Order: sequence, then C-alpha cells, then structure tokens
Amino acid sequence: MEIFLQQIVNGLVQGSVYALVALGYTMVYGILGLINFAHGEVVMIGAMLALSSLTAMLGWGVPPLLAVLLSMVLAMLGCMVLGYSIERIAYRPLRHAPRLAPLITAIGVSIVLQNLAMMIWGREYHSFPQLIANNTHTVGGAIINDIQIIIFILALAIMAGLMVVVHRTRLGRAMRAVAEDQHAAQLMGVDINRVISITFMLGSAMAAIAGVMVSANYGLAHYYMGFLLGLKAFTAAVLGGIGNLRGAMLGGLLLGLIESLGAGYIGDITGGFLGSNYQDVFAFFVLITVLVFRPSGLLGERIAERA
Amino acid sequence: MNNPLLEVRDLKVAYGGIHAIKGIDLHVAPGELVALIGSNGAGKTTTLKTLAGLLHPAGGQIKYDGNSLHDVAAHQRAAMGIALVPEGRGVFARMTVAENLLMGAYSRGDKKEIAADVAHMYELFPRLAERKDQLAGTLSGGEQQMVAMARALMSRPRLLMLDEPSMGLAPLMVKKIFETIREISALGMSILLVEQNARLALQVAQRGYVMESGAITLSGAASELLGSDAVQRAYLGA
Ligand SMILES: Nc1ncnc2c1ncn2[C@@H]1O[C@H](COP(=O)(O)OP(=O)(O)OP(=O)(O)O)[C@@H](O)[C@H]1O
Ligand SMILES: [Mg+2]
Repeated sequence: MEIFLQQIVNGLVQGSVYALVALGYTMVYGILGLINFAHGEVVMIGAMLALSSLTAMLGWGVPPLLAVLLSMVLAMLGCMVLGYSIERIAYRPLRHAPRLAPLITAIGVSIVLQNLAMMIWGREYHSFPQLIANNTHTVGGAIINDIQIIIFILALAIMAGLMVVVHRTRLGRAMRAVAEDQHAAQLMGVDINRVISITFMLGSAMAAIAGVMVSANYGLAHYYMGFLLGLKAFTAAVLGGIGNLRGAMLGGLLLGLIESLGAGYIGDITGGFLGSNYQDVFAFFVLITVLVFRPSGLLGERIAERA
Repeated sequence: MNNPLLEVRDLKVAYGGIHAIKGIDLHVAPGELVALIGSNGAGKTTTLKTLAGLLHPAGGQIKYDGNSLHDVAAHQRAAMGIALVPEGRGVFARMTVAENLLMGAYSRGDKKEIAADVAHMYELFPRLAERKDQLAGTLSGGEQQMVAMARALMSRPRLLMLDEPSMGLAPLMVKKIFETIREISALGMSILLVEQNARLALQVAQRGYVMESGAITLSGAASELLGSDAVQRAYLGA
C-alpha cells in the first residue's frame, strides 16, 4: 500500500511535466496539423539555458532564490525565441508542401539542436545546483519533497492559465479559429502567421519550464535528455487525443501514473524477470494498446471528422 | 456618379494553369446592392475569394475606396471593412454562437460598442439569441447562415460580400435571409451578392452582372436583366 501511494505521488509529479510538454505538441498539431518533433529539444535547451544562467548568476553572488527565478525567465525567453525561429525558418516555408516534408524537417531540426547543445554544453551530465533545502514530507506513508510539490502546483497553475487564455480571451479565440478554419479566420481579420508564431512561443515557454522542472527534480541535465522526454510527451498527447488540450493534460498525467505504477510493480508482475529499469517500455506499450482500441486517443475526435 | 467603393479592372485569376477568371470589370458604388449571377463553375466564388484576399490575382486591379488592394493581405482587408460570408458559411463549428459573433468583431477595439452590436444582432436574428451558448456546428443550415451573416456584420463592414446565402435552405429560411439582406441594404451598406437563384437576387439588387465561364457577359440594371431574353432563358427557366 505504501509503495502504491508512493508511486502515485511520483507518477503525478512526473505526469504533470509530461502534460506541460504534451500541450506544446498538441497545440502545434491542432493549428498546423504538424508534429513538431523538435519540441523535446526545446525542453532540453530550456534546461540547459537555465542551468548555465543559474551557475553564472550564483557565481556573481546573486541571491539563490532570485537567481532561480531569473534563470527560469531567461530559459523561457530563450526558448520562445527558439520556438519562434524554428517555425519561421524550418516550417513556414513548407506550409503548403506535402506533409512528409515538414515531418522530415522536424527530425532534422531536432538533430541540429541536439548537436548544437552537445557542442555548447558537452556530452557530460551536468548536475543541477540544489538551492533550496528541499525538505521531505510524509503523507500517508508516501514521501514527497518540496521540489515535487512546487513542480506539481506550478504545472497545474500553468495549465489552468493556458485554459483561461484559450477559452476566455481574444487571443485564445483566434487560436481556436485558426485551428478550425484558416480561411475563415483570415476573413475575420486574424493574422494567422502571428497566431501561429504565438502558439509556438507559448508551447516553447511551457517546454522551458518543464525542462527546468525535470532537471530540478532529478538534479541532472544532459544534451540528450530531450529525446526520450519528448517522445514520451508526444505519446501522452496521442494518448489523450492529439490536437485536444484537455487530452494532452489527461494523457500526460495518466502516462506518468502508468509508468510509475508499472515501474513499482513490474518486478512482481514478471516474477522478478524484468526490473524497474524497464519502465520506459510502458509508455510505448500503453500507446500501442490505446491506438489499437481508440485510434483517435482518449478524448480525440475521429480523424475523419477533422478532415 | 459617386466614386465607386469597389472597382475591379481586367481581373484575372488562375488555379495553376487553369484560367478561372479571364479579365473581368465590375464596380460597386457606396450603398449599392449588386448581384453577380451565373451558372455552376462560372467563377463567382473565385471572384469573391480574390476580392477578400484569399486568392491572388494573376492580373488586373482591385481598388477599394480608391486604393489598390494589391499588397493588402486578407486579414488587413477585413480590418478595412471588407467582409465575405463564404460559400458553405464557414462558421466556427466548435465555437459557440456568441464566440462566432465575437470573432466577427476581432479587428475592432471598441469593447462597449461590440457588446451593443451583439445585442443588435440578436434582435436581427432572434433565433440566434436562443442559441447563443450552443456550438455553431450543432445548428441547422439556416441558423448557420444567420451566424455567418451576423458574424460578418459584427465587423461593421463597408462592403459586404455574400456567396450564395440561399444555398441549401428551405424556402421560408431563404425568405428570411433575403428580407435581412434588404434591411441591411436599406441601412446604406454596400453589398455584392452572389447567387444561383437569379430571380431572387435580381429582385433585391439595383444592378447585376451575369458571369459565364470566367467572363462577364451581361450587365445592367437589375430590372432590365430580369426582363432580358438571354437571362430569362439561361437563368430564370422561362
Ligand atoms: N481550388 C480549385 N482548383 C482548381 N480549380 C478550381 C478550384 N476552385 C474552383 N476551380 C474551378 O474554377 C472555376 C470557377 O469556380 P467557382 O467556384 O469560382 O465557380 P462558381 O461560379 O462559384 O460556381 P458555383 O455556382 O458552383 O459555386 C470552375 O471551373 C472550377 O472548377
Ligand atoms: Mg460558388
């Protein structure tokens, strides 16, 4: 029972990070019908930018808490510029090309960013400075630390904020209009290029925060960290129904839980044959299972209805 | 004569190598209701889409209020007061009726007056008031046409272009839509009306153009066109 509760806690925390990243995939897909495979690398760049600026600021004697906040803002700004540039340079020229072209470009962008990061930050793991005391608390037998609490609450707050923007503001209406019918949106006076740029920037800002969260939680950052994280977040987006915001959030949380519970019990299930290091397999096992029974994901519409 | 609000000269539009519009001239004076009629595939929709900026001309000139629209993007034309109610309506199906109306006012900054205009639209189309929180995709065809028209009016356009507003609607609904067009026109708005239902269109319009395979073959006062043999035979089934 304690293991169960502990895995739920871990799963929710990790899942809330997946959800933030999954939202970026799903927002871009909803508007452009494009899978931005470079999104995982934006998460990694966010973590790296935060790490570098944090280390520098601590060196200059900036108070730790202020340094954390500033480095997070810097990471967000840096990733917004990056997301904007990716769309502008790699995707916009291919807007009317056959669908395979932007997909291959996305993979190319992803490789370029990985290599760029490797050149700047090297191949080694960077340890993320531990700045707050990070006390642990026991809740019904499960242990949760301050960083996990902050991650979870911050992630929920950001998601709630995004929902307000999308459903209650003029910008959000424009985003939904562009997602539904680009011609009609233009007839209303919506500058679709601007809305698309803003969408990339919003998704990238969330990716940056997710990158900082992951690094802070595990205490590590690495030029390759975006790959698996991006793949899993994409899985979460597909699981929830790609293009659907609530689906991305649900998919993220569910994936975190499934993975965590799977890791906790995989040894028991397989009689010790597989250990918890197989937890990554779960994400993809779940993805395949869901797609067999619900090709459009948990909350997604049938693809045929979209077209 | 007043300077025309819209003036089109020698407009040509092509889809790839196919010439859909082969050099047409037309104009709409301020406050005028002009009908553009023609059979299937004549190029009416292509003309309106080009005027709205969704398609780029292969040649010719479009002047609005005396200025060339050559380098003006579709969203900027909307902000300048050019509104198109597209063929097939193009409502945002996954937004509520109220949200659709707000989208119509997207380019406007005057919040207070927007609210007043929304209220006015609900007076003009009481049916929409009852359905304001319903997703537009769940409405009937006629109701969606009302949403599309109300949404276009929300931009306070100076030139309203309507592409086959009667398409697929029951006779009663067609009557209601045309009554509304008449009312809006009486308020002084300039309207370019595309219709397959030539009789109805020419009955409400002051002038008309007849289009055939990408060219304008006849034009003149609506009453004259209604009476002309060519139009009678081709479009009025006489
Ligand atoms: N996207 C397109 N690609 C290629 N050709 C097109 C395209 N859209 C229209 N056409 C062609 O251009 C011509 C004019 O079409 P358009 O839709 O403007 O006619 P229309 O007068 O609006 O007809 P309808 O009364 O059926 O709506 C037609 O021959 C049509 O086949
Ligand atoms: Mg047409």
